[in-house]
Amino acid sequence: MNRLIFILPIIAFAGLAAFLGFGLTKDPKALPSQLIDRPLPEFALPGIAEQPDASPELAGFASASFKGEPRLLNIWASWCAACPQEHPVLERIAAEGFPVYGIAWKDKPADSRAWLVRYGNPYAGVAADEQGRTAIDLGVTGVPETFIIDKKGRVRFKQIGPISPEVWEGQIKPLMQQLKAEA
Amino acid sequence: MKRALFALALMMAAPAVAVMPDEMLNDPAQEQRARAISKDLRCVVCQNQSIDDSDAPLARDLRLLVREQISLGKTDGEVRDYVVQRYGNFVLLKPPVEGDTLLLWAGPFAVLLLGGLGLFVWRRRAPAMGSGATPDAAPLSEAERAELDRLAGPQN
Repeated sequence: MNRLIFILPIIAFAGLAAFLGFGLTKDPKALPSQLIDRPLPEFALPGIAEQPDASPELAGFASASFKGEPRLLNIWASWCAACPQEHPVLERIAAEGFPVYGIAWKDKPADSRAWLVRYGNPYAGVAADEQGRTAIDLGVTGVPETFIIDKKGRVRFKQIGPISPEVWEGQIKPLMQQLKAEA
Repeated sequence: MKRALFALALMMAAPAVAVMPDEMLNDPAQEQRARAISKDLRCVVCQNQSIDDSDAPLARDLRLLVREQISLGKTDGEVRDYVVQRYGNFVLLKPPVEGDTLLLWAGPFAVLLLGGLGLFVWRRRAPAMGSGATPDAAPLSEAERAELDRLAGPQN
């Protein structure tokens, strides 16, 4: 009993150290999205095209169009350092037949256009959120971020940071296939 | 003279603020409310700063949003909820008392209680363990006193 009193603080310390140590392994940048299983916030964003008639995929889109098929909604910017790294994965996703939509966040349309010319355009639709208001409604904390939207227009998953080939193969692709199969 | 100048310079130095004049509301009372709300909202880019302190572009957007909501006649609570709806409780620098924050709020008091309890038990047990070790010990015998004097060495 007497011993126990002296061992107790050591046990308490070990417990606290383990608890805090576990906390250190978590990424504080990865905030859980408030939108999971909720409908996509409403927006209607303009495009980035100089002549919208000539390039309909750059003519912007609205949240209402996210119905009937699962889609990826990617937030990016021409000034974003990690976006070129994610770009080949987006091209691959598009090539595999999954529609990717892109919102250029706090970016000048001319810069967004130049970026797409330089790297190639993986997006089925591109819109501009110059003021960043839609991004705030989406709870965006940085670029790139990607939302997975199901057939009913609900957000089902959020990827913070670039989609790596591993994340695509291991997490997002299986989810997209599952969402495709959903009624 | 130099010292006085230095003191004067210190007095005149204004604290660096992130809020730019063009963001401010015309009504000083509303602006003050906006400042107070902003101080409690975490910047999600630089996470240990409030949006009131942060120079991040997203923090600026959120400051403008807070001011816009105030101009629309929303109460402080409604403005806060508006941001929480989008970014979650994480944006509140002072998290609300809820199920998953209970440990955070009650933890220090639990530790205090536990420590107090430990101290109480220890104090109660201490006299029993020593069973009259010091207060009513027998006086030193002659031999003990002589030994003590020897150890203490010659007195000056």
